[in-house]
Amino acid sequence: MMLADVISAGLLGVGAAMLVIGSLGINRFPHFYSRLHAAGVVDTIASGLFLAGLAVHFGPGLVTIKLLLIFIFLLFTSPTACHALARAAYSSGLREPESEDER
Amino acid sequence: MSDDLILRVVSKFLIPVIVLFGLYVQFHGEYGPGGGFQAGVILGSAVILYLLVFGADAAHAVVPTRWLRWQAAAGVLLYAGTGVATVLLGGNFLDYDVLANSPVAGQHLGIILIELGVMLTVSSTIALLAMLFAESPEEP
Repeated sequence: MMLADVISAGLLGVGAAMLVIGSLGINRFPHFYSRLHAAGVVDTIASGLFLAGLAVHFGPGLVTIKLLLIFIFLLFTSPTACHALARAAYSSGLREPESEDER
Repeated sequence: MSDDLILRVVSKFLIPVIVLFGLYVQFHGEYGPGGGFQAGVILGSAVILYLLVFGADAAHAVVPTRWLRWQAAAGVLLYAGTGVATVLLGGNFLDYDVLANSPVAGQHLGIILIELGVMLTVSSTIALLAMLFAESPEEP
């Protein structure tokens, strides 16, 4: 029981650290696309780590199955939202200042 | 945005899951967090996602606004009709105890009917608002 608590707390802590790094990137990166990169990549892994930490905390059972379903849902929706945002920006004419041929 | 392959594929995969989750929230509302209003909002959001990804014409083909208006009215009618039925059976307005043989079964039935009415009205009204903001080709 003690080991499970430690693993769960570790996963939650790493997830929170990921989110901090991601928000730092959103604040510090220069352009829209690099900010989107920071937000979109970190989003999925952080929520996955949170859900894994909660699953370890609750142990096998119905709650863990529900957490797994939420994880599968987020695994599809979060990159898709990021993709839609980037594509909408690109098709409405937003380009990085330095490079001509990005993507 | 209707030419985007990734969005279309993911939406096709997600919309049934969203509808299923809406029905789960609807029928789980008796035992836990949830109920007609939340389920209606989730079902309406599935229609809004379809509208955003596939365009207004496809959405009007799937859920015509005429149906949505009928559905919104039917939900209110079901809610009020349950209340009137309890009055006719000898109780107060929305007094579920008289709906069935025992008060417990009556409460069960009454709450399920009420929540169903709320779900019908909320889901159709939310979908209708979004679809009327998008261009509607056939009716004003």
